[in-house]
Amino acid sequence: MSLDYLLDAANWSLSNPEGFPQRILEHLGYTTLALLIAAVIAFPIGLLIGHTGRGALLAINLGNAGRALPTLGVLMLALAAVGIGLVPVTIALIVLAIPPILATTYAGVRSVADETVDAARGVGMTEPQIAWRVEVPIALPIIIGGLRNATLQVISTATIAAYAGLGGLGRYLFDGLATLEYDQVVAGAIVIAALAVAIDLALAGTQRLLVSPGVGGRGADNRPTTVRPEPKPEPAG
Amino acid sequence: MNDLWSYLRTNGDDVFTALVQHIWLALAPVTIAFVLALPLGALVQRYGPVRHIALTAGSVIYTVPSLALLLLLPGILGTSVLDPLNVIIALTLYSLALLVRTTADGLDAVDPTVLQAASAMGYRPVRRWLTVQLPLAMPVILTGLRVATVANVSMVSVAALIGIGGLGQLFTRGFQLGFYLPPIVIGLILSVALAVVADVFIVAVQRRLTPWARAGAR
Repeated sequence: MSLDYLLDAANWSLSNPEGFPQRILEHLGYTTLALLIAAVIAFPIGLLIGHTGRGALLAINLGNAGRALPTLGVLMLALAAVGIGLVPVTIALIVLAIPPILATTYAGVRSVADETVDAARGVGMTEPQIAWRVEVPIALPIIIGGLRNATLQVISTATIAAYAGLGGLGRYLFDGLATLEYDQVVAGAIVIAALAVAIDLALAGTQRLLVSPGVGGRGADNRPTTVRPEPKPEPAG
Repeated sequence: MNDLWSYLRTNGDDVFTALVQHIWLALAPVTIAFVLALPLGALVQRYGPVRHIALTAGSVIYTVPSLALLLLLPGILGTSVLDPLNVIIALTLYSLALLVRTTADGLDAVDPTVLQAASAMGYRPVRRWLTVQLPLAMPVILTGLRVATVANVSMVSVAALIGIGGLGQLFTRGFQLGFYLPPIVIGLILSVALAVVADVFIVAVQRRLTPWARAGAR
């Protein structure tokens, strides 16, 4: 396994349009765009379903269905339906990011102890206040866990999008395979893996900063605790 | 709809071959991982430091995108890029990362007083683990198995991008034919159907294995 391509300084030059910094930026651009749109759609719906309890079946089934969808198939379907380019790829990424965000937002809000919500209602908080100031902060570890899963899914699928001619880090894999330059493939795969791990760590750090120290993960036993349970990993696609 | 049938009529054999390959590539890894996860999960659950290391390693593996892992393995293992063994090993690693964690969680969740009662009745450690603790942990372990199985079925498709069989080939076929919809739609339907069937099968097995769960619910 040769690391020549990975360690070649020319490939790390900022001015090289096919260098790693440029490709990483492209990759992060696709990922961020899709995640932002997905979060704007999925988070309010998950919060509403979790708070009212209406449409719970939808949230649960959507989460399960999202897991069963093959990312490559969704990508190809979007490209076939809309045409080639950034728009269909972004649509596919959004479709894949919505289920984990929506399902975990619902699950997180649902896991808040009924007594806690009743107490908030008892002290005179309005329903939006309960949702924003009680349920969301308590559910935050689970919600961010869902966002982490969605992020990994999108980073992974954005890699695959290079197959259909998009930029980003997947280019190294498909260009390298096409020209049988295996060290380019290895370099791309290592950078993608490192990027995914780094972003997941960054989100884990954000979770630590944002979650109130008084919040446990489940709220099931109604006992304040500072222990943060690790979010369960989900398939990266 | 008519397009789908006419595609199936002319390419039925290819679709069937892809489906069989898909089943094999998705289910072999999850079976291997399940068998390995039981002893590993027990080990991890018993020794705290091992647990931390194993679960951290597991979550790092889980974070690596599948296509990257599929292409890194040949370099590490010395296999050819086209070797299906890469897919089997990559998916076994993903499944293992998930199942060791859920096995440890499931074994953890067994009520300690039940274990003490079993010991008091004369169960030796190995028998107590096999006939008391493991069966009681099964619901949690099988929930993990369902997630891993469904994830595997959907992930195998990616292997088609590097020229390995499975339903993913229908997606790449559709791409090569200029985004021709029938193979893409057939591949999606079969892949999701396969995931659902596998999921329902595990739920049925779980009901057989844990009859007390139903008795207690009434």
